[in-house]
Amino acid sequence: MESSIISISHLAKNYGSFQAVKDVNITVNKGDVYGILGPNGAGKSTTIRCMLSLINASAGSISLFGHDIKTHRKEALSKIGCIVEKPDFYKYLSAETNLAIFGRMAGADVSKKNLHKMLSFVGLQGREKDKVSGFSHGMKQRLGIAQTLLHNPDLIILDEPTTGLDPQGIIDIRNLILNLKNEFQKTIVLSSHILSEIELIANRMVIINKGITVVEGSVQALLNQEELLVLFEVTDSKAAVNSLSAYKNIQIIDPHHFEITISKNEIPECIAKLQQAGILVYGVETKRKLEDYFLKLTKA
Amino acid sequence: MFLKNTYNEFIKIAAKPRSYISIAAITVLVGIILFAMKIDGPAYISFITASFEQTLNFEGKIMNGNLMAFIILQMLIVQIPLLVALVTGDLISGEAAMGTIRMLLSKPISRTKVLLSKYTAGLLYTFFILLWMGFMAVIVGRWLFGDGDLMVLNSDGLVIIPANDIAWRFIGGFMIAFLALATVATLSIMLSCFSDNSIGPIVSTMSVIILFTIIGTLDVPVFDNIRPFLFTTHMAAWRSFFDNPLPIQAIKESVIILFAHIGIFLSIAIYHFNKKDILS
Repeated sequence: MESSIISISHLAKNYGSFQAVKDVNITVNKGDVYGILGPNGAGKSTTIRCMLSLINASAGSISLFGHDIKTHRKEALSKIGCIVEKPDFYKYLSAETNLAIFGRMAGADVSKKNLHKMLSFVGLQGREKDKVSGFSHGMKQRLGIAQTLLHNPDLIILDEPTTGLDPQGIIDIRNLILNLKNEFQKTIVLSSHILSEIELIANRMVIINKGITVVEGSVQALLNQEELLVLFEVTDSKAAVNSLSAYKNIQIIDPHHFEITISKNEIPECIAKLQQAGILVYGVETKRKLEDYFLKLTKA
Repeated sequence: MFLKNTYNEFIKIAAKPRSYISIAAITVLVGIILFAMKIDGPAYISFITASFEQTLNFEGKIMNGNLMAFIILQMLIVQIPLLVALVTGDLISGEAAMGTIRMLLSKPISRTKVLLSKYTAGLLYTFFILLWMGFMAVIVGRWLFGDGDLMVLNSDGLVIIPANDIAWRFIGGFMIAFLALATVATLSIMLSCFSDNSIGPIVSTMSVIILFTIIGTLDVPVFDNIRPFLFTTHMAAWRSFFDNPLPIQAIKESVIILFAHIGIFLSIAIYHFNKKDILS
């Protein structure tokens, strides 16, 4: 049975006359990898900052683990590890000392053994005594994740965890996040500009636009509702289009490729019809993914 | 949690290069003063005592360690607030500038405790700076110039304090000086809560001190009513411990005014820090 550990209801935040967040509603269940999506300025970071009580909400309610963040801040935050925007550390201190400082504040075990274990988990073994000033962005991101894990929180919040990383760094962080979910059964909330990241990692998501929740739910369920643009590679595209004449929105690309707009469930049916017509199918590529869905919703 | 966090703040202060600027500056300044006095001290003393030499006959060693300590205190107590503000003004705003404040304030510890931990560490740093100055002025001064009666020139005339009556006066003077510097530290931490960069609070603290000092020294009737309530008026209250008889009422008033300022500055800091949206 799913139990909600984050419940945000009608969240609003005003800066003077400017409404950064108007009406955000979020429900995160235990064990979720939950993606927060939205264009720049949509209110994602403001929502995360409100969740962590870094910003005082103008209206609405935020409940973490059943605790109201306004009245039971300490209880709520004791179960959370987070990186907001980018992992900033005391550059003049070593990785180990930085971890110890933030660990002490969270009531974590800051013994050398535990600190080294965490640094090792994020791939920073051997760099314990090095000053953070010499760390790359990717290393700081890893150190940030070590910092979030030190007090063994149930929920990890990562704001744009892959921003500024090179392709290998993005893959490393993605694997680290999946490891946290699969091995440590952590609930993870992450926002990202890279929409494909959310599609690869998250099981549930919310799309925020102009400070309002546009849609929330299971990533797969939301995507399955949508019609996909499917590219077929066949022996004869003209014959294939004729055999699929019952379908609308079908277009020949070249003698061996055609595109068709159908739902995911209709793909096997199409393939069967093509086979019945003696047309061989060499490849099927679904082109409408999260980015198309995201753009459709945010542009609307 | 409060003690653990105060320990954290100590680690940060101790690791910051700027924390050692004060110690280096005091060491160099006191060294220069002591060196100059060792070379040209007699000429300097005879210049000061010239007006009394026709009516008084000075016997014994006027230029001694106690006089050196008093001169050093008088000279440096004006510069020490800047050295204190250099570190305390950075305690909150420095975290905002570095971005670490986001991580700091998303931990399960109240903002008030975070602020008070920083404040406690800042006060202990201030105490250490004063202690270092005291060591350099009194201990090194006595080591170089020896012991002796202290001759103090104040607005009422010349006060001569016997050598065996001086130690407690220095202790009392340092305590009041600490209270004055604690007021400066509290002011700079309060200003630090309003800023997201390190320079602003340091410059603002010195600006307030300069402004209040000017108001306090301007002999204009319009300021007569506010002058006694400015903390800068009481920053030199440590000198009262070298008056004879001891002006207990004036010392009490200074202590009350300085504590009142600390209370007001700290309350504003706590209130604002708790309400502040962390946008950096």
